[in-house]
Amino acid sequence: MESLTNRKKIVSDKPMTWVEKLYLPAILKGMMVTLRHMLKRRKTVKYPEEIREFAPVYRGMHVLKRDEQGRENCTACGLCAVACPAEAITMTAAERTKDEKHLYREEKYASVYEINMLRCIFCGLCEEACPKEAIFLTDRLVPTQFERGEFIYGKDKLVESETARIDITKRQFTGKRTHV
Amino acid sequence: METFFWIDKLVLVVILFLISLGIAAYQTYFERKLAAWIQDRVGPDRAGPFGILQPIADGVKMFLKEDFTPSNADRWLFIIGPGIAMFTSLITSAIIPWGPDLHLFGRTISLQVAELNIGILFAFGVISIGVYGIMIGGWSSNNKYSLFGAIRASSQMISYELAMGISAITIIMISGSLDLREIVQSQAGMNWNIFYQPVAFVVFFICALAETNRAPFDLPECENELIGGYHTEYSSMKLGLFLFSEYVAMFVSSAIMAILFFGGYNFPGMDYFAESPNLLAVLGLSVFFLKIFLFIFVFMWIRWTIPRFRFDQLMHLGWKVLIPIALVNMLITGFVTAWSNGWF
Repeated sequence: MESLTNRKKIVSDKPMTWVEKLYLPAILKGMMVTLRHMLKRRKTVKYPEEIREFAPVYRGMHVLKRDEQGRENCTACGLCAVACPAEAITMTAAERTKDEKHLYREEKYASVYEINMLRCIFCGLCEEACPKEAIFLTDRLVPTQFERGEFIYGKDKLVESETARIDITKRQFTGKRTHV
Repeated sequence: METFFWIDKLVLVVILFLISLGIAAYQTYFERKLAAWIQDRVGPDRAGPFGILQPIADGVKMFLKEDFTPSNADRWLFIIGPGIAMFTSLITSAIIPWGPDLHLFGRTISLQVAELNIGILFAFGVISIGVYGIMIGGWSSNNKYSLFGAIRASSQMISYELAMGISAITIIMISGSLDLREIVQSQAGMNWNIFYQPVAFVVFFICALAETNRAPFDLPECENELIGGYHTEYSSMKLGLFLFSEYVAMFVSSAIMAILFFGGYNFPGMDYFAESPNLLAVLGLSVFFLKIFLFIFVFMWIRWTIPRFRFDQLMHLGWKVLIPIALVNMLITGFVTAWSNGWF
C-alpha cells in the first residue's frame, strides 16, 4: 500500500544482531537526540511577563457596536439568536420613543440583550448574520468567575461605551462605517 | 600537633557535610532545569533569578509539611530508615581524597578525612549497608507498594554490587592498592585508568546507576507502578531525607567513579605547578569537582533519555550480562598483570 506520510517505517521482528544486543549504540543515539533538544530554544511563553500575540481574526468576547453618533446599531432583529448554534443569545425588543432618538439608530432596539458565555462557542456566526454591523467578536478574553450566573452578559457588559470604543477593524472592516 | 590534627579533620568534616548537602540541593534544581531543557521547557524560574532559590523553597516546603506516620507502621524503624539512607550516603565522602595536600600555617593539611588503607573496601561496605535504609523504610511502612519497592531495591542492589565489585577489582589489580589516595596517585597526569579499563568503566557506570536507584534502574521508586515505592508512606522531612540521600549518593558515586577511572584530582600538566603546592591543591580540587559535575550531568542526561527497565530485564542484565563481562575482564586483566610482572 502506498504510504500516506513520508514517516512510514517498516517494522520487522528479525532477531537482533550482536551489535544491536549491546544496546549501547542505540542508547548513545537516543542521548544525542536529547542533547539536541537541550540546545534548542524554549517553546514556552512565560505568561505574566510575555503575552502571546493574538491572531488578527481572534474570536473572543463580543461587543455591541455604536455608530459614529454614539447610537446603538442593534435593532433586535434576532438573526444572531437564530444563527447561534449554541443558542447562547437571547433578546427582548422594544420600540424607540421620540426622546430616545440619540440612543438608538433604528426605530426598534434591544431592551434586553444577553449572551450566555458558558454556552457560546465563539464561532462568529452571530456577526456574520448581523445585517446592521452591530455585533462583533473581539480579541478580549472572557474573564473567569466563581458563579455561573455571572457568565450571562447583559447590555451593561456588551455595549461599548461612547468614550472608549472597541477597535474591530483588524477583525472585519467592510468600508460601510466611517469610524472604528 | 594532635589537637591541630583533630581541628583540621573537624573543619574538613563540617565543610564536606555542608558541601555534600549543598550540592545535593542544587542537584535537584539542576535536574529540573535539565529535564526542562531536554523537553524544550523553561523549568523552575520563579524563585530568585533563574530560580536559583528553588531548592531553598523546596526545603522549607518539606519542613512545613505534616509529618505523618501510618498507624500500623513500626514507629522506630520508620524513623530510622531515612536516617540510615542519609547516613550511609554521606559517610562515604569521608574516605574520598578531594585534592593534593594543602600547605597552610607551616603544616601539611590532607584533604581527606580518613586515610584508610582499605578505602575502597570501606566504600563498598557502606554502599551495601545503604540498602538497609531503603529496606527498613519500605518494610516498616506496612504498605504493599513500599514492600515491593524495598524488595526490588534490595535484590537490585545486591545483584549489581557483584558486577560493580568485580570491575573495581580490575582497578585494584592495576594500581596494586586498596587505598583510594594511592589509586589516584597511580594515575598521575593523564595516565587514567579509563584508557586501560574501558570495559570495566562501562560495567561500573551501569552498576553505579543501579546502585543509586537512578533511571533507567529506578524500579524501587517507580512512580507509575509503585506510587513512589519504598517512600510511599513517607512525608515531610523523612521523605526529604530519602530523596536527598539519593542525590548525595549520586554525588559520592560520581566522585568514586572519577577517582577509580578518571584520575581523581589529576590533570595533564600537573608538573608545572609542583613549585606551588597550594595552587596545585586548589586546581586539583576544581578539576576533581569538574569531573564529578560531568558525571552528575551524564547521570541526569541518561535519566531523561532512557525509559525504565522491566524487572526481569534488570535481573537479566545484571546476572547474565554484566557479571560475565566483568568476570572475563577481570581474568584478562589478571593474566596481563601477572605477565607484565613476570610471574609466569
